[in-house]
Amino acid sequence: MSGRAKSKLNDFVIKLATVNGTGSASANGIILKTIFRMGVPVVGKNLFPSNIQGLPTWYEIRVSRQGYMARSGQIDVMVAMNAQTYAADLAEVSPGGVLVYDSTWPRHRDLTRPDITILGIPLARMCNEHFENARARILMKNVAYVGALAALLDLDIEVIRGLIEEQFAAKKALIGANMEAIELGYNYARENFECPLPMRVQSLNKTAGHIMIDGNSAAALGCVYAGATVGAWYPITPSTSLMDAFKAFSQRFRVDPKTGKRDFCIIQAEDELAAMGMVIGASWMGARAFTPTSGPGISLMSEFIGFAYYAEIPAVLFDVQRVGPSTGMPTRTQQSDITLCAYASHGDTRHVLLFPADPRECFEMAVQAFDLADRLQTPVFVLTDLDIGMNDWMVPELEWDDTYRPDRGKVLEGEALEKIEKFYRYLDVDGDGIPYRTRPGDLAKGAYFVRGSGHNKYGAYTEDSKEYQEVLDRLLKKWDTAKKIMPEPVVRRTRKATSTAIVTIGSGAGAVREAMDRLAAKGIYVNYMRVRSFPFGRKVERFLAAHEHIYVVEQNRDAQLKSLLINETSVPKDKLESILHYHGLPIDYRCVVEHIERRVARGEVA
Amino acid sequence: MSFIPKPKILHKGLKRNELGLTVHDYGGVASTLCAGCGHDSITAAIMQAFFELNMPPHKVAKLSGIGCSSKTTAYFLAGAHGVNAVHGRMPSVASGANAANADMTYIGVSGDGDSLSIGLGQFAHAIRRNLNMLYIVENNGVYGLTKGQFSASADVGSKAKKGETNLNPPIDPVKTGIAMGASFVARGFSGDKSQLVPLIKAGVRHRGFALLDVLSPCVTFNDHEDSTKSYAHTRQFFHPAVHADFIPPSDEIRVSYEEGEAMPVELHDGSTIVLRKADVKYDPTDRARAFDYLMENQERGQIVTGLLYISSGADDMHARNTTTEVPLAELDYARLCPGADALAELQKGLR
Repeated sequence: MSGRAKSKLNDFVIKLATVNGTGSASANGIILKTIFRMGVPVVGKNLFPSNIQGLPTWYEIRVSRQGYMARSGQIDVMVAMNAQTYAADLAEVSPGGVLVYDSTWPRHRDLTRPDITILGIPLARMCNEHFENARARILMKNVAYVGALAALLDLDIEVIRGLIEEQFAAKKALIGANMEAIELGYNYARENFECPLPMRVQSLNKTAGHIMIDGNSAAALGCVYAGATVGAWYPITPSTSLMDAFKAFSQRFRVDPKTGKRDFCIIQAEDELAAMGMVIGASWMGARAFTPTSGPGISLMSEFIGFAYYAEIPAVLFDVQRVGPSTGMPTRTQQSDITLCAYASHGDTRHVLLFPADPRECFEMAVQAFDLADRLQTPVFVLTDLDIGMNDWMVPELEWDDTYRPDRGKVLEGEALEKIEKFYRYLDVDGDGIPYRTRPGDLAKGAYFVRGSGHNKYGAYTEDSKEYQEVLDRLLKKWDTAKKIMPEPVVRRTRKATSTAIVTIGSGAGAVREAMDRLAAKGIYVNYMRVRSFPFGRKVERFLAAHEHIYVVEQNRDAQLKSLLINETSVPKDKLESILHYHGLPIDYRCVVEHIERRVARGEVA
Repeated sequence: MSFIPKPKILHKGLKRNELGLTVHDYGGVASTLCAGCGHDSITAAIMQAFFELNMPPHKVAKLSGIGCSSKTTAYFLAGAHGVNAVHGRMPSVASGANAANADMTYIGVSGDGDSLSIGLGQFAHAIRRNLNMLYIVENNGVYGLTKGQFSASADVGSKAKKGETNLNPPIDPVKTGIAMGASFVARGFSGDKSQLVPLIKAGVRHRGFALLDVLSPCVTFNDHEDSTKSYAHTRQFFHPAVHADFIPPSDEIRVSYEEGEAMPVELHDGSTIVLRKADVKYDPTDRARAFDYLMENQERGQIVTGLLYISSGADDMHARNTTTEVPLAELDYARLCPGADALAELQKGLR
């Protein structure tokens, strides 16, 4: 085996170019899961159109023995099943790579490249000859390329069979047809090409204790485990699958098997404004309630977000960020709602934000979000993005501690409420800026009036300057309390002393960590901090203070994280330098490595 | 408005309800609306109705949006839980609250601007959900707090105080409610408490969305000669079609009625509304006829009042969701969390 070929073992990228609505998603899922079950770390990224049927769609699978989860920017094997994008797909293959195409129909003689290997397989012809039904012919073409790839990449056929049997457990008749399609592709590749290719999969033991899950499902599971009972939403890409998953999990865990009665209520609202109002109403009544949305939804919810901030009503919002501004590109990823969420709504408002980096953290932070919202009696945003939310990530198994009990914060009920002389909803009795609340319907003494208009510390309407300001200042005290209880950043220091660092956020983590490994291999060492929450606590301040040159890596045009750091910490502005990636596809390590190498080469930074 | 608690002066002969409360115990802070405002009369009718229903105030959730009407939730049931939400968005807060705790009694107070302009969408969708609440539209055809602009319920040809004429046709909450599928639709007049109190009581007890449109003249901006929402105009063209008597489940039906003139409608909790019809041809359970009747009278300039449409059989939001009987907000966490073993089991399917 040559050196180059060896380097591709368990380390390459497959890109599948298909047409959406043809059933390619399930075929691609089989490839992904097969590699995972062979014990090799793998990640799948869906690059799809905002459309139901007929437009180009791509699925990128990165096989990485080192466990890197970000995109690499390399394409080693292209499966070009879409004539419409063939030319572009051909051009995208990295030199030395392989392109597989459907050779049923002739290809233009100009569409070739001398520096890559092109393999034609008559997938449509084989399927048309083999299958009767028109729909089956289209669907099976996808399954047939799975078979061809199994031969080319040395995938374990028995693992594929197992997956197909699981997938069609309810429709057993389809198992045979699917396996026949697998064999068509497999046999053709074996008979006509030298199999396997240099880019191939060899079983490892690196996926034990891991699962494959998308962030939206994981966040929904977190909502179930946190004890959320009311979910209100308006469908919007890319957050829709979060509520779909919450519904599925609730139906599994929260329905009385005898009566069919549900311990949850999901309301599909008329719009995002209403969804937010519903969360506020349910939280006011004492339930844990949430709404999943994306940027345009946050824009619409903003008035209510300010209401919840000022009236101090807990609320949990999941913003699965997509490309803006305006409608933007709904099926592409970005981290461009950071500023919007931090200060959503008119007047002086500031909000608590959590930034998960992968689906596992979506699960954990969903639970934390409800605890923080109840503790701080304020809206809490979980900012994920399309990359985390809708893609399949390999993460360590989710864990649950059965001793966990929700932190409902300062709630007065029963005897404690009976004992006090008079209850005032907005009175800070112990100096942390957080007043007590009661649960409506509990005791007569606990009744109070919630308003978004000016109120004094006793909760009464006011237009008195001093009384108004007293409450506004107390909210700032609460903000300081929040700083002490927010999830801390993740910090990694390199072996060599350095005053240079990279700060990143959310889904930027994978690309940055990979970039750091590659920079270290070239003798460039940097420290690392991933911010996990806002307001920023002392640990963030200390890290910024300890470094002289700090790259801030984020996925938006306007350096929103950098702005927030400048605005909300004491870091001098000139210490921070942006590395920005915002074209809509998930960030890869290259943009980070290239930027820093360029700076080092110019001798501008160490 | 004053924050100083006023001493409660109780007359010895003051009637007490089954909870030992007087009608004053159903009051709130002093109104800051203009003297003579129709809204204050509605507030008084709400107090009277809840007093007569023997309702514990803290089991009531009162909600409103923004506007003169929405201010009034502070003026009744001080012992209730209240939310004065943002403009036009009260129905969504009520929907979420009701989702979390169906055991509370919900009353929403809104106005023509709040429900028919900025909040028309939420108004319609709360109806569509058949949210279990009484929803009162205090309807004066005018924006009071911003000094007299026409609202969406202003009649064509109606003149503003400064002389401007309204040219756009009105949105009628009653016809809109019936069209949207509201299961209880009534109209009252702030100047007729004897009709209003039973309508409020029936609306509270109705399971589902009870819409009560109350014509409530604005004494400051819309009580002049050329207004169609003035006291004088409303009194002149006021046309009661159906008078509703509310009878709690504990009382036997004593109201006598003759075939064709009155009809009893039983509600979910066993209470009854007896509808005494001023117009014997009118059948308030026939949706299409109700609509026709309203249109015919509107063309004659008549303002039809009373309980105009009722369907007591429709499922509310929770029945459609098959929500468990215990309010969701009160469910034990142990019942809600599937636990570590279930999580491990679930993840077997994610490999």
